[in-house]
Amino acid sequence: MSNFSTATSIAHNVASGAQSAVSVVEEHLQRIGQREEEVHAFNLVTSAEARERAADLDARIARGENVGLLAGVPIALKDNMCTRGVPTTCSSKILEGWKPPYNATVVDKLFAAGAVFVGKTNLDEFAMGSSTENSAFGPTRNPLDTSRVPGGSSGGSAAAVAAGFAAVSLGSDTGGSIRQPAALCGVVGVKPTYGLVSRYGLVAFASSLDQIGPFSHSVADAALLTEVIAGHDPMDSTSIPKPAPSLVSVLGRGVEGMRIGRVADLPEGADADVLARLDAAFIALEKAGATIVDVKLPSLSYALTAYYLIAPAEASSNLARYDGVRYGNRVAANDMNNMYADTRAAGFGDEVKRRIMLGTYALSAGYYDAYYGKALKVRRLISNDFAAAYANADVILTPTSPTVAFPFGAKTDDPLTMYLCDIFTIPTNLAGHPAMSVPFGTGQANMPVGVQILAPTLGEEAMFKVAAVLESAA
Amino acid sequence: MIDNGLPEGWELVVGLEVHVELATKTKLFSGSPNRFGDEPNTNIDPVTLGLPGALPVLNQHAVELAMRIGLALNCTVKPSTFHRKNYFYPDLSKAYQITQYDEPLNVDGFLMLPGGVRIGVERAHMEEDTGKSTHFGGAGGRIHGSDYSLIDFNRAGVPLVEIVSHPDVRTAEQARQYVNELRAILVAVGASDAKMEEGSMRCDANVSVRKYGAELGTRCEIKNVNSVRSLGKAIEYEARRQIDVLETGGTIRQETRHWDETDGRTHTLRAKVDANDYRYFLEPDLVMLAPDAEWVERVRAALPVLPAARRTNLAILTGADEDSEAIAVVVERGQDTYIEEVKNSGGDAGRALVWVQQSFAEEGNAPRLPAKDLAALTVLERDGKLTATQAKTVLGDMLEAGGGDPAAIAASKGFEALDTSVIEGFVNEGIAAQPDAWAKYCAGEEKAMGALVGTIMKLSKGKADGKVVTAILQQRRNG
Repeated sequence: MSNFSTATSIAHNVASGAQSAVSVVEEHLQRIGQREEEVHAFNLVTSAEARERAADLDARIARGENVGLLAGVPIALKDNMCTRGVPTTCSSKILEGWKPPYNATVVDKLFAAGAVFVGKTNLDEFAMGSSTENSAFGPTRNPLDTSRVPGGSSGGSAAAVAAGFAAVSLGSDTGGSIRQPAALCGVVGVKPTYGLVSRYGLVAFASSLDQIGPFSHSVADAALLTEVIAGHDPMDSTSIPKPAPSLVSVLGRGVEGMRIGRVADLPEGADADVLARLDAAFIALEKAGATIVDVKLPSLSYALTAYYLIAPAEASSNLARYDGVRYGNRVAANDMNNMYADTRAAGFGDEVKRRIMLGTYALSAGYYDAYYGKALKVRRLISNDFAAAYANADVILTPTSPTVAFPFGAKTDDPLTMYLCDIFTIPTNLAGHPAMSVPFGTGQANMPVGVQILAPTLGEEAMFKVAAVLESAA
Repeated sequence: MIDNGLPEGWELVVGLEVHVELATKTKLFSGSPNRFGDEPNTNIDPVTLGLPGALPVLNQHAVELAMRIGLALNCTVKPSTFHRKNYFYPDLSKAYQITQYDEPLNVDGFLMLPGGVRIGVERAHMEEDTGKSTHFGGAGGRIHGSDYSLIDFNRAGVPLVEIVSHPDVRTAEQARQYVNELRAILVAVGASDAKMEEGSMRCDANVSVRKYGAELGTRCEIKNVNSVRSLGKAIEYEARRQIDVLETGGTIRQETRHWDETDGRTHTLRAKVDANDYRYFLEPDLVMLAPDAEWVERVRAALPVLPAARRTNLAILTGADEDSEAIAVVVERGQDTYIEEVKNSGGDAGRALVWVQQSFAEEGNAPRLPAKDLAALTVLERDGKLTATQAKTVLGDMLEAGGGDPAAIAASKGFEALDTSVIEGFVNEGIAAQPDAWAKYCAGEEKAMGALVGTIMKLSKGKADGKVVTAILQQRRNG
């Protein structure tokens, strides 16, 4: 764990009056001032609003008010979550300058809990990528080694926490976009069960896979933040009609008697340094009283292919609305079709265009059954495999990323190489399950390695128990 | 063989697709008002505009109204899903329409036309409406070639149900009957106001022709039919066009055709080969819509008596022909229960039907005139105390005043039914005044009676009962 203050301690100190929200914010803004130019975690830093908000919180606390579980906690938001009156770009030129007239549900919840927003973080355009190199506004750098990527697509949110710009942040995870950058930046990252956190106000990439989740320095912070943002939202039809789970209270209960799954047929591709840390994690859990069991997930090797049909198919539909008609950038042309074409050609980057074309093709008449239809079948097979595995295991441990953070440009020439970054994270999204990445030591070049904990639907409790044990053993 | 107005040997085959806007307070997937005629772009919100991050939430009342339609059309309500129909157009804010595709809410129903023809209903599914574009400059009100276009998103997201019939319609008249009957049902169950002229009900017709006994012909879809009358005309035109093509050795191309009210023809809009590939897929922002049996039964139990049954009931009550204009009109206006009240107040249902049909067009389903007052009027008429002409005058006063005692009004006007002996006197005078007419009438020329009755009525200053006069004249001739 880094030496930055956790959200848990900040909230405690601010609420008790031991520390002012203003001083906390200033401390973080100062670090932003020192390193943001180099790291480029943010598309927008909202310092004035943050200062005003912190002063307001301090005044309310002075009056004896309870301002919430995240009193004075500086938080950064991935720039694909809608914030009323504040630009939300998805790191795309096509949305440059657009200000949403409404807040995402998570934003309202964080605000109600007393959090202080410090800015909107950089991402791969429309969350499509694994390195933040696909941002239209330039890449984010890994704060631990600025010659390397922070991962992606939520690279800005991971870097903001790793650099101490914010105590915690939110990202979105469609195929690993929280967990992979968390692993590469040495922080905790959680993708909750699909439907646990409202997607209302999250700009959609692939609606059946997208899920919002936290980045933090500690497992306890991640549990706290998940509790705050989770729970049923009537504005999201896919939101699970249950209250938020209690997660902070399960930390420290240990893993005695738990069954930890080891994937016997894990797809190849992980580096030796990463696999070594995974082995060390199994040993640590066994020492803590858990049993290691072998599980098989035979359809896992098809997950990447299925994902790269399903996610682009949904994206091709979700991104069709960026047509220059109602908002965002428009390139004027002599007729409607040319206006559409020119606007979209100028507004989208290469990776977004690649996925729109891929998805359009996969859904087209005559190809649907062979591509999209087959991918849906694979998705069912993966769910079935997981169901069988979870009959024998409470959670499953895998690497988060096959490698540690890689240098800029290392994977930009061949999209398929980049896609392989998500080989271990994608199956979770296809199944709708929760998973999280916990830092567990370092690998090559002294860069952090993350271990991924997978759990069945609404298995967050078990997942967090294991995470807490790994955190203390790391 | 049914008379379809086509050349000998040709059979008309029509299937109808009717879109109706549901009478909900709010839109299908958001809380904006569903209201016609407001200032443009006032009934909007992030969902309606398809803003990034907005998500649809299904309107439960819309589901209930859609189920009412399905159940009233004898459909089975089934677990159903929503799909995205993807295409680009400026008034389609998300660039996809959310619609039910291969798993619609209502399937396998039917509608009985007055007269007993059964038209199968394949499905009645839910979908959202688009915004409304208006194009300025250029030709033909189309976007291509126009100077600029304005879009009103008030209509975007308005809940629709599309009712798709089987190709069971065999004449243009049946098509008209189908739409009229469907409209009556939609209004009766409170699902829609179903006004074609306001666009809350829209009808497309799939038209084909074939020689009797042959395979189904290639069909053309006719759009832009804005009234029931145009529907009939468009179908008739299109059938003749297709027959002309086939009889001169041509073939029908499957295409969408546009009905032009001004020239009375259909014109090619787009051929099937140019059709969009809509790339339908399951809408991931919504979950399955599976109304439980209890809900379905609750909706079914709450359905009102439907127009066909009400016509039968009213015909029995009044003694009128079930397929008569009077029965159809009164049921459509929802005034059949009023006639029941008149009957229950001791009135004459048959006379009440006549008066309600003639004089209650503006009254709606809850006429201001108390049923007991109309009942009293019909009794005076039945008992020969008032002539039909007098009764009409009295009714006019009663409607204007919103009620009143017909006997008192009649007395104040000096309307006293004349004694038969007095009428006999006028008849004598009339015959004397019109000897030629009387001679002709006696010679069997029925038309001559009109002149006689007219003269006699004039002599009585309108106080004689025309029916009595006629009866006396007939008696005299025959006797």
